[in-house]
Amino acid sequence: MDRVYVDNNATTRVAPEVLDEMLPYLKDLYANPSSMYSFAGEVAEKLKEARARVADLLGADTEEIVFTSCGSESDSTAIWAAVNANPDKHHIVTTRVEHPAVKNLCEHLARKGWRVTFVPVDGKGRLDTDYLYRSLTPDTAIVSVMWANNETGVIFPIEEIGNEVRERGIMFHTDAVQAVGKIPIDLRHAPVDMLSLSGHKLHAPKGVGVLYIRKGTKFSPFLIGGHQEHGRRGGTENVASIVALGKACELARQHMDAENTRVKKLRDRLEAGLLAAIPASAVNGDIDNRLPNTCNIGFESVEGEAILLLMDQHGICASSGSACTSGSLEPSHVLRAMGVPFTSAHGSVRFSLSIYNTEEEIDYIVEKLPPIIERLRNLSPFWKENQAAKAAAG
Amino acid sequence: MWEYTDKVKEHFLNPRNVGVIEDADGVGEVGSLSCGDALTLYIKVGDDGRITDAKFQTFGCASAIASSSALTEMIKGMTLEEAEKITNDDIAGYLGGLPKEKMHCSVMGREALEKAIAAYRGEAEKQIEGNIVCECFGVTDIQIERTVRENKLSTIEDVTDYIKAGGGCQKCHEQIQQIIDGVYGREAPAPKKEKKLTNIQKIKLIEETLDREIKPSLKQDGGDIELVDVDGNTVLVRLCGACATCQISQVTLKDYVEKKLRELVTPELVVEEA
Repeated sequence: MDRVYVDNNATTRVAPEVLDEMLPYLKDLYANPSSMYSFAGEVAEKLKEARARVADLLGADTEEIVFTSCGSESDSTAIWAAVNANPDKHHIVTTRVEHPAVKNLCEHLARKGWRVTFVPVDGKGRLDTDYLYRSLTPDTAIVSVMWANNETGVIFPIEEIGNEVRERGIMFHTDAVQAVGKIPIDLRHAPVDMLSLSGHKLHAPKGVGVLYIRKGTKFSPFLIGGHQEHGRRGGTENVASIVALGKACELARQHMDAENTRVKKLRDRLEAGLLAAIPASAVNGDIDNRLPNTCNIGFESVEGEAILLLMDQHGICASSGSACTSGSLEPSHVLRAMGVPFTSAHGSVRFSLSIYNTEEEIDYIVEKLPPIIERLRNLSPFWKENQAAKAAAG
Repeated sequence: MWEYTDKVKEHFLNPRNVGVIEDADGVGEVGSLSCGDALTLYIKVGDDGRITDAKFQTFGCASAIASSSALTEMIKGMTLEEAEKITNDDIAGYLGGLPKEKMHCSVMGREALEKAIAAYRGEAEKQIEGNIVCECFGVTDIQIERTVRENKLSTIEDVTDYIKAGGGCQKCHEQIQQIIDGVYGREAPAPKKEKKLTNIQKIKLIEETLDREIKPSLKQDGGDIELVDVDGNTVLVRLCGACATCQISQVTLKDYVEKKLRELVTPELVVEEA
């Protein structure tokens, strides 16, 4: 097998239908949608359609959709907007397991003088919502909680949190980059003021994202410039990618069932296969409340980068929360927040599937990975100790 | 993706001398599970003082495994005196280089070798020399200084890449910087001699400090500051530009402007907004 791609939480392939839809806008239909001739009008029409498709997937109104360049821009825009809208409030609440786009920004604000509460999670990666509610004060400007975690796939109770937060008159933002397209989201019922999504996580190309801003939300732009997006985000529209994202959202609606049945089944097959074949391995995260495509497994006494590179020899593409893969020296902040022991945090591997994966591919991984883990364990000075300790413990 | 040389990849995929020497003459263990990499090196020494066999076990990434494999190949057949001279750079060089962030893998090799030789010679396990600077990874000031000297390192980032110090909670960064400065003779500026400033000297010094130190860094954030008056030890200033509308200007005023003026002019100063 040439390549088995199971790293869809990192990025996804552009769907062929999406590519077809966007190509004309990179070739013949190059007009600036703001210009005053029918050539431009045609492009503007298509933008409108794309906006409607995104709105449909989210259960939003078209005016609530602002196109950005990526998920990180959407996150930054949302948090800065809330901070600027509440100049007399100096407290921000977020979680310990956010994506760096939110986590690093909040840490930056903490260094600049804001008080930031990072809400903890339990061993299964579930958010301590009571802790969150207790931390809310009249000084809280914004609460930002991811919809689903990128590393473990654990889903947070966004509706419940949103209700509690907004009841107190506090702005609520969610980074839904991993959730959109994988689980149904309906903003008519979800009490969210702002929501971020990213195109390349749902089979659109890189370089396009969305910030949903609920009508009536106090907002100030992050990128100040032209009148585009009703003055909420300056800069000429990335037309082809926006068109692509529109198509991707339409496809995501069509594929939502498949994601939650077929893809989920493949994920479960992979997980069961690996756990059965590899001793001293365990799932990280709450298996009852996870994205249907994500599976994070810790393999004791081995190191993640070595696993990835050996899998790469077989064309298998996945990710690891190990320190060595990121260039930092400590394993993933998500696994550490969950209290995953070092024995398996360094050896954690994330598999994230898509509708393009097949049963054959899953079986291929289940065949190739066990010997890799065994090989690395035989190299490791800790494996025998680990086994001896377990035997002693009975 | 890391840019590993072909030699690193080759040693990772086909590591030489993996295993345990049951009747080893010297064993060196470094690293730990929590650090993310660890190496146990076994050596066998012949009557002529040459290393006749070397084996290893490594927990870690590709470059840790490759560095261990390379080390065992390098030292086989060497006298202990020759082996002792091996530096982490030699190990990295043997592999055609390592990514900067992975240099600590080669350092781990050198440390394991030192320990194995010491064990063979029956030298007592060396006490940890110096004082722990980096608590996250248990690195001492002496280790940091030595690594800075041997590898001509000039930044905290370099130090982290080579021996991990500073790669965790980052609380020790200031101390690491002091060690680096010490190595290159860049001692921290001696504290100003306490002497009573005349009024005019004090005002001049405040002005100078504002111009030289404070304004440029506020301007980076689009802000500015003006000196309005000096009344005894109270410095009255006005914040302008972005600072004027910034929500954290009070923090800037106290934590930065006042601190800087107290440090460079006189410790009694109080800064207030006019």
